[in-house]
Amino acid sequence: MTGFIEGRTGTWEVVIGLEVHAQVSSESKLFSGAATTFGAEPNTQVSLVDAAMPGMLPVINQYCVKQAIKTGLGINAKVNLKSVFDRKNYFYPDLPQGYQISQYKQPIIGEGKLTITTEEGEKEIGIERLHLEQDAGKSMHDQHPSKSYIDLNRSGVALMEIVSKPDMRSAEEVGAYIRKLRSIVRYLGTCDGNMQEGSLRCDVNVSVRRIGAELGTRCEIKNVNSIRFVQQAIDYEARRQVDLLENGDPIDQETRLFDASIGETRSMRSKEEAHDYRYFPDPDLLPLEFTQDYVNEIEAELPELPDIKRARFISEFELSAEDAGTLVEEKTTAEFYEILSNGRDKKLSANWMITELFGALNKSGLELNESKVDADAFGDLIDLISDGTISGRIAKDVFGEMFDTGKSASSIVEQKGLRQISDSGVLTVLIEAVLSENQDKVAEFKEGKDKLFGFFVGQVMKRSQGQANPKLVNELLKEKLSG
Amino acid sequence: MSDIVDLNLAELKKAIIDKDLSAKEATEAYLQAMERGAHLNCFISTTADKAIQMAKASDQRIESGNALPLDGIPIGVKDLFCTSGVLTTAGSKMLSNFVPEYESTVTEQLWRDGAVMLGKCNMDEFAMGSANTTSHFGSVENPWTARAEFERQLVPGGSSGGSAAAVSAGLALAATGSDTGGSIRQPASFCGIVGLKPSYGRCSRWGMVAFASSLDQAGPLTRTVQDAAILLTSMAGHDPKDSTSANVSVPNFELALTGDVKGMRVGVPKEYKLEGTPSEIEGLWEKGIEILKAAGASIVDVTLPHTKYALPTYYIIAPAEASSNLARYDGIRYGMRTEQEDLQDMYQKTRRDGFGEEVKRRILIGTYVLSAGYYDAYYLKAQRVRALIKQDFDEAFENVDVLLTPTAPSEAFAIDENDNDPIKMYLNDVFTVPASLAGLPAISIPGGLSNSGLPLGLQIIGKMFDEESVIKAGGVLEMATGSDMQAAGKE
Amino acid sequence: MSLDKTMVQRVSQLARIEIAAAQLDNTAKELNNILDWIEQLNEVDTEGVEPLASVTGHALPQREDTVADGGYPEKVLKNAPDRQLEFFAVPKVVE
Repeated sequence: MTGFIEGRTGTWEVVIGLEVHAQVSSESKLFSGAATTFGAEPNTQVSLVDAAMPGMLPVINQYCVKQAIKTGLGINAKVNLKSVFDRKNYFYPDLPQGYQISQYKQPIIGEGKLTITTEEGEKEIGIERLHLEQDAGKSMHDQHPSKSYIDLNRSGVALMEIVSKPDMRSAEEVGAYIRKLRSIVRYLGTCDGNMQEGSLRCDVNVSVRRIGAELGTRCEIKNVNSIRFVQQAIDYEARRQVDLLENGDPIDQETRLFDASIGETRSMRSKEEAHDYRYFPDPDLLPLEFTQDYVNEIEAELPELPDIKRARFISEFELSAEDAGTLVEEKTTAEFYEILSNGRDKKLSANWMITELFGALNKSGLELNESKVDADAFGDLIDLISDGTISGRIAKDVFGEMFDTGKSASSIVEQKGLRQISDSGVLTVLIEAVLSENQDKVAEFKEGKDKLFGFFVGQVMKRSQGQANPKLVNELLKEKLSG
Repeated sequence: MSDIVDLNLAELKKAIIDKDLSAKEATEAYLQAMERGAHLNCFISTTADKAIQMAKASDQRIESGNALPLDGIPIGVKDLFCTSGVLTTAGSKMLSNFVPEYESTVTEQLWRDGAVMLGKCNMDEFAMGSANTTSHFGSVENPWTARAEFERQLVPGGSSGGSAAAVSAGLALAATGSDTGGSIRQPASFCGIVGLKPSYGRCSRWGMVAFASSLDQAGPLTRTVQDAAILLTSMAGHDPKDSTSANVSVPNFELALTGDVKGMRVGVPKEYKLEGTPSEIEGLWEKGIEILKAAGASIVDVTLPHTKYALPTYYIIAPAEASSNLARYDGIRYGMRTEQEDLQDMYQKTRRDGFGEEVKRRILIGTYVLSAGYYDAYYLKAQRVRALIKQDFDEAFENVDVLLTPTAPSEAFAIDENDNDPIKMYLNDVFTVPASLAGLPAISIPGGLSNSGLPLGLQIIGKMFDEESVIKAGGVLEMATGSDMQAAGKE
Repeated sequence: MSLDKTMVQRVSQLARIEIAAAQLDNTAKELNNILDWIEQLNEVDTEGVEPLASVTGHALPQREDTVADGGYPEKVLKNAPDRQLEFFAVPKVVE
């Protein structure tokens, strides 16, 4: 999708901003000491503070503050040495206090940016701010005919809300942005980025406008939890807005939900009134302050981030931009590659990893960390190719067996006698046998049918069960046939 | 056993340690007094069995030579301190069935030190009030009604009205209270006892039903300054569960009672001289000045220019914070619920039914002053004025060590006198609110009697975390005025 | 800044406190009384004055990231006016 919509009356541009809620990978909650693990029995990870019992008070989790700073640094943002927690007041059953502790006018992280890569090339997407806030609990509306059930396990879990500028213009850009952001937080270890479990949720702001015009009225699509759904929601919503505007109807600024089952957005009934959150600084807390030294310490400990790593793979290892991009997207992948390619041919390692290993993983639906072949084992295979012990062709089979059984490359090669035949004497015998059995073809070749060279090579390979060293076979065969 | 209830805390403590009487006997005497004084309605719940149990444990410790600082001391607990396993209502219908499974830090420390819980004291609903007339559990009668032979029932002040009346009537040896705008000091003044509001952050707020977070403070109501000092030493202390709790060490406050104020500089703020204040209160203030002067203190005229704006500032900030703090009372996780089929109806009707009129009024005001379009004009403005009020004190304290003012602008009034006039009720706090806004420690000492024979209080305000000077000066005042108060006698 | 009936209705809705239609005027009157009295704050010149953030002036204390709380669902659910299995129950919310 290029991002422009051809309407009945002309071309429209889609303008998208994203608010991503990233759950901080901490052991305990932002303002309470209850656990944060996913999938626990209802209301077992709820402290008195989370349940908003009378007299309860918040105490901030140092680790969450650090993670927010790390993430801010990872998106090249301004870290605010002083920030304030505000109460966002509204009533909802999954919000026990009747307010959410969030940050309004003075967030911990200010403006930043990140770079995305799409088919059109690289683009910088601006980030408005990042702030810390409490997550709400969960309500279930389908357990009982007339009641909703409330589980407060998630209530109070730390979220980083990352607000982008409305710089995106297509569903593709949005997908790239989410992937990039996800990659960064996973690299930093500040969020596990697991969208199915809800660790990363997106609220999408969509508006449309004529090219060059002022920003149109936007609608917010809340809580979309997969990249695919985000893209579908954008496509639907942009179309919906264009249709309305071309009919002369206005866009109501409202909050909407994406119904994945039908691929459409619809208005959220319960949020019909304009919200007045009556933000004010939380009087149970004081302003959050830390020093630039503290920030510098954190910065010094940051791992190499994907963009830097990718640039290094391209310049130092001479990998293609595409391959480099693939290898750095996940930190675990990059680490695997770095171990694998250590002291080995960088490009060969990259090719084999991307083609063979990823291929096998995709086919079997496994993750890298579930592979029976670890980086060192894979490295052994690369070594056997590099030193000519086996041919590339044979190596693919060996890899297949390594992947299925976890056996080492060497043991498979030995057991199956797959060593490449590089003995010129042995090869000469094979070549002479092939040539003598195919004298008619030899004659045709000598008369000019060059294509038959490949046939001879093929026959030699066949006779040797693929183990003949193809390069050597080529050389020897050339010699033999030229005479 | 009327002798026992006549002993003050320091005296009873000594008697128990010396084994002149047992903790159990003391507690029983108080439980009987509570029965005799039940008509005053000082208590929402009585915890007789628990009290006896605790007293017996105190006796055991004393027997084995392991006495704790407050062993056997029978106290009342204002009903906004969450007490584990004991009904905690905050004076509200909303929490009329609420039994917490946890203990507030302040009361935890009192039990840690061996004190005995007599019961939960009546109070204005959610601490909002100055006469203990907004409680869902009925009003409290000031014991001075009978003592001074008044026909109409007099109020004890508020919001810690039950605590103050209980101590004044000899139904509890001491009591805990909370002070947001004067709720310990003003009732202490009306009931002729001592009430101490420590510096903000001195005592933990964890487990106290919150009214206005940036103002609430726990403190003791007692018969003497020494008793207040003893109790505060146990109540105070940094609590990591309360982010606003100050990490300052707790001295033995009793040691501050040296009786020596020679060279102490006492400020007299001119803005506390209000038109309409009864002359007897002005007279009492003069008396206080003379007492301290005679004791060797120097008197300094000071100015706190923004004093008159303290009340309206308070009545923006406190309701604003309260409107948010009371949002949790929604009938979902605890407390009262008015069943409805629709969720929004349930919220609306539960809160309509569970809160009293004054609480509703303040929630509405608070909601309004925080709402879009009004936040800057009201809440933000109030916080700026608050900064100026604090600055006034900071500047004055560059030249003085404590301030002396009256505690309340009147004696205790009759129960129906301020009906239908919230503002008149708010004016009760005119002398107490400024110190609350600045977070400063302040004590009310019974200074003397009015022409009608009712108690009047004098207030000492100190620097942040300087309760010691407040206690010292208060002690000197008490020594001089004590005889006047004794003369009035108790029932 | 005067409150009218509509504003009172709106505020009571924000605060989720039902006020009977017949009482709206009276409530408006009561609140206006208080708000008029509060108006005097406008007399104070607060140009350049920072709103008071805290009286104690200490820094926001931060705690270690350890699981030291929760894990007591019975205690948490004990006071619930309507408990269903391991959940708090409310009249069904329609979204």
